[in-house]
Amino acid sequence: MITVWFALVVLCWVLFFVLEGFDFGVGLLSPVVGRDDHERGAVVRTVGPFWDGNEVWLVAAIGVTFAAFPDWYAALLSGLYLPMAALLLLLAVRGVALEFRGKGDGPGWRRRCDAALAASSAGIVLLWGAVLGVLTHGLALGPDGQVTGTGLSRSTAALLSWPALAGAGAALFAALLIGAMFLTLRTTGPVHERARRLGVTLATGGAAVLAGIGFGTESRLVLAAAVLCVGIAMLARSNQEGLAFGGTALSIAGAVVAVFTVHGDVVLRSTLDPAWSLTMTGAAATDSALRLISVVGVVVLPGVLVYQAFSYWVFRRRVASERVPS
Amino acid sequence: MDVLELTRLQFAVVTIYHYFFVPLSISLAGTAAGLQVAWLRTGQERYLQLTKLVGKLLIVTFAVGVVTGLVQEFQFGMGWSNFARFYGDVFGPTLAIEGMLAFFLEATFLALWYFGWDRLPRKLHAATIVIVAAGTVMSAFIILAANSFMQNPVAYSLDPVTGRAHLDDFGALLLNEVNLAAFPHTLAGAVMAGGSLLLAIGVWRLRAGGEAAFRTLARLGAWLTLTGGALTALTGDHLGKVITEVQPMKMAAAEALYATTTGAPFSVFAVGGPDGGEPFFSLEIPRLLSVLAKGDPGATVQGIDDLQAQYVAQYGPGSYIPMIPVAFWTFRLMIGIGMLAAAVAAYYLWSTRRDRQAHRLLIRFLPLIPILPAAANTFGWIFTETARQPWLAFGISRVADGISPGLTSGEVLVSLIGFTVVYGVLAVVWLRLVRHLSRQPLEAAAPAASAGEQAPEREPVPVY
Ligand code: HDD
Ligand code: HEM
Ligand code: HEM
Repeated sequence: MITVWFALVVLCWVLFFVLEGFDFGVGLLSPVVGRDDHERGAVVRTVGPFWDGNEVWLVAAIGVTFAAFPDWYAALLSGLYLPMAALLLLLAVRGVALEFRGKGDGPGWRRRCDAALAASSAGIVLLWGAVLGVLTHGLALGPDGQVTGTGLSRSTAALLSWPALAGAGAALFAALLIGAMFLTLRTTGPVHERARRLGVTLATGGAAVLAGIGFGTESRLVLAAAVLCVGIAMLARSNQEGLAFGGTALSIAGAVVAVFTVHGDVVLRSTLDPAWSLTMTGAAATDSALRLISVVGVVVLPGVLVYQAFSYWVFRRRVASERVPS
Repeated sequence: MDVLELTRLQFAVVTIYHYFFVPLSISLAGTAAGLQVAWLRTGQERYLQLTKLVGKLLIVTFAVGVVTGLVQEFQFGMGWSNFARFYGDVFGPTLAIEGMLAFFLEATFLALWYFGWDRLPRKLHAATIVIVAAGTVMSAFIILAANSFMQNPVAYSLDPVTGRAHLDDFGALLLNEVNLAAFPHTLAGAVMAGGSLLLAIGVWRLRAGGEAAFRTLARLGAWLTLTGGALTALTGDHLGKVITEVQPMKMAAAEALYATTTGAPFSVFAVGGPDGGEPFFSLEIPRLLSVLAKGDPGATVQGIDDLQAQYVAQYGPGSYIPMIPVAFWTFRLMIGIGMLAAAVAAYYLWSTRRDRQAHRLLIRFLPLIPILPAAANTFGWIFTETARQPWLAFGISRVADGISPGLTSGEVLVSLIGFTVVYGVLAVVWLRLVRHLSRQPLEAAAPAASAGEQAPEREPVPVY
């Protein structure tokens, strides 16, 4: 039962990072592949109908974590208090910039929204990456399962570590790549061309860097990632847009699963003393609560997947970025 | 301020802010659905035009509601992790179920509706906004169940070993008698909030020579404000009785009634009173408090002093008295300001009956009317939440026990400043946008249903 719920939590996180991953990537890339107001409008339009539904996977991930593993939820969020506050603020700016862009008046308004969108997307990606990096390493959990420390550094110190930096870098790369692949898949015209070229360059460059790191550290995992990048680059090159996007999404999904399962049974590792780490069973809710959400999950989630898929199908047409000759 | 006070302030600020947008989302979604169905039924162009206008207002409001709601969900873990541990079993499933059941529905179908005008068959398209409206009501019901648990804990048992609360029966949690009373009251307050916004926009545009459809909008808004007002009074009366039963201290505080009194009066207004001393001026309606609290003019209402003594005997030494002036005034302001809004709406309806013109002065100030229900809603919540003190969940845990143990005041201060600044900017931007959107000429009829299935979109796209 507990393992099933752990799997469900991870599934919610995976869906969030993959689906919102391309939303963030698109936000990041909008000033790069969209050269003017019209093109940026097309870029934003590719995620317009989807971003909110995608973000609810974050609501679900947090909610299900709270429901199934209250101790994990409590330790994680209070332990990373300031990074989470910053993330929430950036997410607020991002969502509002996306949604307000087309409703105001004049190009000046849209320029400001575009700038806010790109900047907040960048911040979000870097911060989530750092948080995921920190999770692979652990937090300074004390014997009561609470992060210890004083002042502002209590919840921010972990962000200035190597795992956090590595995570931030990896997330930035992943978001750019999946954003480019998504744009390639969803647009026509100049944006499509630029996104495709950028995607190929990113995947190739990424493969080279990963291969370097992989051979340097003799890590099979990193080498496998490099191979995946080569594959993605080749697919994007030969205009297999759907496959290239799917491959990127799967790679990100794999990476997220890896982050959540590196420590096996331990959901939150203590860097102070392994005995203080938070385990799956230690953090779990009671049976009756788990049973309740299981029932609701089994009944409701398939429906959610169906109507979300329906909405992707309704808005399947590509967005044109070329100008209509008038 | 110490870390506990800062954390409470932070929770209050972000929650009150979330609740500026929530009632608007709830009622604008309902109104858009109603207008679109009216258009389908009657084929009248103005209903379609108004649907589109309300839809745009809904989209921008909803966006702010969503991003601030996300903050709410994280708050329990960030600032109140002990609370999250103790009540994770009760609260966690409630939030998770709300997300799975309501939020996915709202987000996905709102996008389908907003972008789907020329993609979906007419009836299906109208159904999407009806689903959104149902979703908002559902999320309100579920989250209010969580709040009602804090007012009146039900359907739980305490674990003898860990001392944590276990959820026994989710159905009973939802059907908490406080929730059954608070939910209709909150919905009625939401109807007032949205209605007054539409009234304001309608009047404002008519004044600037806007289309005749704005008259429909203004009158619709006025009717909603008036009906909502009547319903808040009816449901509020019932809610008051339920609360008197489960939290007598709260209602005693609301009246600053220190001594247990038979046939207790209700003071509409008091000068120099509620802090404990005798008021030197107060306007009282005899026996009304007994009626409000118990439905019987001769009933005995328990006073603060008796209740304090009773709680000390029951829960141990300590003060169980909330801030009396806050409770006293917020309760009156909620009622007074809300009823003022309803009265103004009624006056507007009466003065514009059969194509008459409203008075110039009325027209001048009506665009400010949305402030009133927003204020009444806020005061209502401040009353509800502060007069529950010192309890977090009434009778089982105190606010001081719920806070995240390691949290430092520096962290809370930094985030409080961050939220205040960003939320402040958001509010200004939202206001400007609403003004801008309401100023646009009404849109013409819907474009013909889907052209060229596989062709990419040629339009420079309607909104983005
Ligand atoms: C436009 C808004 C509005 C208006 C006009 C009123 N209320 Fe209200 N009231 C609310 C908006 C509100 C609210 C913000 O929605 C609250 C906060 C929590 C809740 O359930 O509803 C609330 C709470 C609230 C509570 C406390 C519930 C609790 O502690 O759980 C009581 C006893 C009343 N109301 C009673 C009334 C009465 C007797 C009214 C008479 C006319 C009234 N309200 C008008
Ligand atoms: C329906 C879901 C809600 C839940 C579960 C909830 C829960 C809480 C919690 C955990 C606290 C902190 C502990 C405390 O100070 O008592 C709190 C405080 C507070 N909340 Fe709520 N709340 C809800 C809705 C609201 C709304 C909608 C508002 C206002 C618009 C509001 C206004 C406040 C205020 C003003 C405080 C500070 C009270 C004080 O510290 O004295 N709450 N609430
Ligand atoms: C403190 C408790 C609260 C929590 C944890 C909370 C949580 C949330 C979350 C996570 C969202 C965003 C959903 C999305 O991403 O689509 C949201 C929006 C919403 N919330 Fe809250 N909320 C709280 C208070 C309230 C209250 C008191 C009400 C109503 C009575 C309410 C009603 C809504 C509604 C109708 C929406 C959707 C419409 C909108 O976004 O404006 N919430 N809430």
